[in-house]
Parts: sequence; C-alpha cells; structure tokens
Amino acid sequence: MDLLNALVALANFVIVPGLAYGSQLALGALGVTLIYGILRFSNFAHGDTMAFGAMSTILFTWWLQSMGVSFGPLPTALLALPVGIAATALLVLLIDKSVYRFYREQKAKPVILVIISMGVMFVMNGLVRFIIGVDDQRFADGERFIITAREFKEMTGLDEGLAIKSTAALTVVVAIIVVAFLFWFLNKTRTGKSMRAFSDNEDLALLSGINPERVVMITWIIVAGLATIAGVLYGLDKSFKPFTYFQLLLPIFAAAIVGGLGSPIGAIAGGFVIAFSEVLITYAFKKVAGYVFPAWEPDGLIQLLSTDYKFAVSFSILIIVLLFRPTGLFRGKAL
Amino acid sequence: MKKLLLASAAMALVSNAALADGHSEIKIGVFLGFTGPIESLVANMGPAAEMAIAEVNDSGALLGGAAVSSVRGDTTCTDAAAATAAAERLITSDGVKGLVGGDCSGVTGAALTNVAVPNGMVMVSPSATSPGLSHANNEDEGLFFRTAPSDARQGVVMTEVLLEEGVNEVAVTYTNNDYGKGLADSFQEAYEAAGGKITINAAHEDGKADYSAEIGALASAGGQRLVVAGYVDQGGSGIVRSALDTGAFDLFHFPDGMIGTALVENFGAEIDGSSGQHPAPSDELAAAFTALVDGKFEATSPFAPESYDAAALIMLAMQAAESAEPGDYKSKIMEVANAPGEKINAGELAKGLEILANGGDIDYVGASGVELIGPGEAAGSYRVVGFENGEEVTAGRK
Repeated sequence: MDLLNALVALANFVIVPGLAYGSQLALGALGVTLIYGILRFSNFAHGDTMAFGAMSTILFTWWLQSMGVSFGPLPTALLALPVGIAATALLVLLIDKSVYRFYREQKAKPVILVIISMGVMFVMNGLVRFIIGVDDQRFADGERFIITAREFKEMTGLDEGLAIKSTAALTVVVAIIVVAFLFWFLNKTRTGKSMRAFSDNEDLALLSGINPERVVMITWIIVAGLATIAGVLYGLDKSFKPFTYFQLLLPIFAAAIVGGLGSPIGAIAGGFVIAFSEVLITYAFKKVAGYVFPAWEPDGLIQLLSTDYKFAVSFSILIIVLLFRPTGLFRGKAL
Repeated sequence: MKKLLLASAAMALVSNAALADGHSEIKIGVFLGFTGPIESLVANMGPAAEMAIAEVNDSGALLGGAAVSSVRGDTTCTDAAAATAAAERLITSDGVKGLVGGDCSGVTGAALTNVAVPNGMVMVSPSATSPGLSHANNEDEGLFFRTAPSDARQGVVMTEVLLEEGVNEVAVTYTNNDYGKGLADSFQEAYEAAGGKITINAAHEDGKADYSAEIGALASAGGQRLVVAGYVDQGGSGIVRSALDTGAFDLFHFPDGMIGTALVENFGAEIDGSSGQHPAPSDELAAAFTALVDGKFEATSPFAPESYDAAALIMLAMQAAESAEPGDYKSKIMEVANAPGEKINAGELAKGLEILANGGDIDYVGASGVELIGPGEAAGSYRVVGFENGEEVTAGRK
C-alpha cells in the first residue's frame, strides 16, 4: 500500500506533468529541427510562430463559442485548429516570400539567416501583442479532468491523489498522432522523400529535378502546422500569454540541440530529456521516501537542487551534450 | 523668422526668470513609474499626489501664500539607472523641494542612496514596501518616509491571520524579486517566532512556461496551506492553477500582490476557504476619499490614497518648519503625521495649514489613515480577506 502511494505521488508530480511538458517541447523542437534540416538555419521566430498560431486559433475558437458550437467533452479549439494552421501557414509563406527568399537567392550564410529570423521574431512578437494584447487569454472548454485527485483518492482509497488533466492526455495523444504522420510523410511519400533529399544534399537534389521552391513551401506549411498545434496544446494545458511563448523558445532549442539538430527522432527524445530532467532533478523526494522507508523520517526535503535551478539543469545537459557529442544524441548536423 | 524665434525664446527665458524672482514658487517632484510594470496603478497615484498639491496651491495658505506646483519624473519601476537619472534631473535642474516617490522598492532604494541622500532631499514613498528600506540606523539621514507599510509589518499580520485560523504549518512560494523575497523572509521570521512551521520557502520565476517542478517540491514538503507571495497577473496564478490541478493544495493564503479582481476571475469557487490580506484604509476613509476625488481618477486603486498623503505630508511639514528646505522640514514630518493635535482628513489641507501657521498642532489622518512608526513608515491597516462561494469577502481588519 505504501509503495503504491509512493508510485502515485511520483506519477502525479513527476511523470504526468513531465510527459505533457515533454510532448509540448517535442512538438516545438520538431518544427525547429525541420527548418534547420531543410532550410539550414536556426529559426528564432519559432516561439512567436507558435504564439501566432495559437492566437489565430483562439480568435476562431471564440467565434465558434459565440455561435454556440462545441465539441462535447473535447475543447472547441480542436475544431478551430485547421483555420489557425491555415492562417499561420499564410503568414509564414508571406514572410518567406518577402524576406527569406531574397537571402536564399543571395546564398546568405546561415548566421545571417539566424539574425534575420530574430528580426522576424520581433515583428511577429509585436503583431501578436497588437492583435490580442499582452494579457492572459483563456479559451479552454470541455471537460478539464479525466480524473481529479479527489476522485482518485475516493476510488482507490489511497492517501495520494492522481490528477490527469484532459488537456495533458490530449497533448500526448495528439503529439503521437502528429509525429506518426510526420514520419510517414517524410519516409513514404514522394514529397517527403524529396524534402529529405534536399536536406541531405541540396546540389544533388537540384540535379535530380527537385523543385527547391516547392520543397521550401511545403516545409513552411508543415512547420506552421506543427507550431500551431504545439502552441494551441500548450495554451490549452496552461494558458495563453504571448510572453511565455517567447520564453518557451529556450527549452525548445535546448531540446532540439540535445536531440541533434535536423533529426526528427532527436527532437522528440530531446523534448522528453529536457522536460524530465527539469522536473526530476528538482523534485523533493521527502514524501516518496517517507512511503518507501516508513521508519526513516528525514529532516530535509531530499531535494537534489532547489527549483530555482531548473533552467540551469537543462542548460547543463545542453553543454554536456555539446562537449561530448556535438551533433546531439541522435547524430544531427553539427552546428 | 529665425530672428523672431530667437527673440521670443529670449523673451520667454527672461520672463521666466522674472517670474521666479517675483514669487517664491515651490516645486514638488512626483517621482513615480509612469511607464513600466505598474503604470496602470501610477495612472491613479500620480493624479492623487497632484490633487493634494493643487489643493494646497488653491488654498494659498502655504508659507504665507507661496505657489506650489508639481513636476513629474519617471522611475520606470525596474530600471535603477533611469530612475537615478530622473531623480537627479528633478533635484538639480527642476529644483524640487521634496519628492513624492519612488514607487517600486528597487528603484526607490537606488534613487535614495545615489541621489536623495547626497543632495539632502526628502523622499516620501507611497508604495515601496520592501523591509530592506527600513533605515533603523539612520542610513537615510532622516530623509526617507513612506505612507505604505513595510512588508515586515505584513509578515506579522499574516502570521496573526493564519494562527487565528489554526493554521500552524504552511509551505511558502514567492516571486523571485525584492518584493517577494522581502515578504517571504519577514513572514518566515514572524511565523516561526510565533511557533508556526514553514515546510519549504521556495522561489518561483514570473512568466515561466511550466510550474510543475515547483509544485512537485511544494507538495512534497506539504503544509496546511500554500502561501503565494507573488503577482496575480504573473507567476502567482500559474502556481495556484498548477497546485489546484494536481491536488497538491486546496487552500491558500494570498498577500497583497495576489489580491485583485483577476484572482476571483481565474479561480472562482476553487479557492473557497482560502485567506489573504492587503493594506487598505478603513471603509469610512475610503468612502470619504472617493467622494473627494469625485471621479477624477480611481480613488480606491491601490496606493492612490497613500500618494495623496505623501504629497500632503511634505507640504504640511514645510508649513510646520516655516521653511521649504528639506533639511529644515524633514524632522517635522513625524510631528504632523502623528498625535497630539487636531485630526486633519483628506480635503482639509487648508485647515491644517491654517492651524500650523497659528502655531497649533495637527495629527494628519488623510486618505489612508496615516500613522508613522519606527524610522518613518506607515503602521498600516490591513483588510483581511476570505473567499466564499467564489467571492472575495472582508473577513476583518488588522
């Protein structure tokens, strides 16, 4: 019984939040890694692309809600997702046509593209704030919980509760579907193969008749889709505030680099490594230890590091990986 | 054309100088964060201070009919360098005789040590609450006062509220800045001295993406309530959301930074049974000040009454000292603020000036019930808050 309690406490405060946060980071990191693999630069505007996608979805969700449309127990935002993706895809394609294409034709160095993406980031940053404002926006509806901590306690008779939010479960499920679809697309379809060919060797790909502008366009559309889905899931699970999306950029990049930039599997693994290391290393094991060893009553919290250091944890991992395995865990491209 | 411009500019200069010679005009700096994180509060604090100045000016009773006017300076609330420069400008180029401000604790401390003390300038802050600004050993040379209570006092009030409700074990999380850290530390000191137990005292950063790590640690430490010394528009709400969702805590205690309409909007009935407190004048004083302001700005906005009082104290002390020089009137501020003497409410500044001119004594009450203690800071009156059926209710006063 005590062991069960320990397991439940661990699941409630470490495993469930870690899985949800990890999936959100993984979806974000996938977008970053695709841009890096195919367009060959680090896209700093990705966090704000997520914010823009989430914002357009929210605006459409509000309209749907005002029309009385709902999606039963699931959030209405899922219905609005295609519209959000379309709006975001339009915006990034517009930016590509007006900004990035010019530099692509100049064969600008990646570092120049990185700086340009920062400029784009600030513009999008302002755009989102201009349209929806800087405050918290709530748009989640439907069932909030699959099971609440109180229900779980009553059901099982355990001392510890386990809460599973429907948005957390939804995040994991959607992340799995999206990742499966992406892998199928990249490995099995003609367009996906041409994208990989373009990523592996641009000149060879051009010689074999692949249309580079088409590859670039499809990449941006997929990235817009990934960013919007990641942004909306994050907003549903926590809340939508433009500033937090800007803050998300750092852990997302850490995830993509730890996994190996340019490697989709790496992005997913990196997302979970970063999320779990942040939660696990700063977790206070006092309660869990109390259940496992009832005789032992520790004075301290049995906490490896104070939660102040959780960002230090992800960046230490980043530095260690870069020192010993510069291409990341899954052999992405060298930086 | 050019000549005409030059000539009129020269004329303006001359006439300005002539005016300055003719009348003795006293300037008071309104040194608040007109831009930055609390600009929405300052939108009411600035006009409140200026209202007191205008009231005295209209009465014509200050120092035998001296005109008094206000000059604004921007603290930015966060940028110490910008605040220092603004204070420097107010004192050296505008020639103010007293400062109402600063507003946020960090910039107020910077402006005080770098500018006000070297220039011997009096500062009366309406809103800086950090215990770090209590100058028990006269480091401020008697120049710094505040009409808002120090958070050291809030720590004591919080302890009383919690112990009265039978809560003797809590977990504490605070926003990682001067305000949060100062409040959490003063609470820990008071609470432990009174026999309470703090299981963990951990910081959280504002505006972060995810608070599950913080909640994991707080839940593991446990406690009857979670004390959230943060901001309701910032990470504080994220922490509460996460604590409720994981079932880590059902009951909370909210200090002043968390009390606001957004709290009930965000959580409704989910925080029923929680408690909190924030500095607020009594209902009678608040009603009187609201009537006086008459819709010119939001009279009940936090720290607006304190701003009116800060400006009023400076001018009353000048009258008592019969001098507008900070060095002369700094010692009079405590006298006019406290008993003995006739009670002066907001809107009665002319009467107060009259009494002082005739050599009488006043006890300034003002808009916020001013009572200065220790090294010149407000004793503070707190409204204790409870939450019932998704509504914020007044549970008492301290």
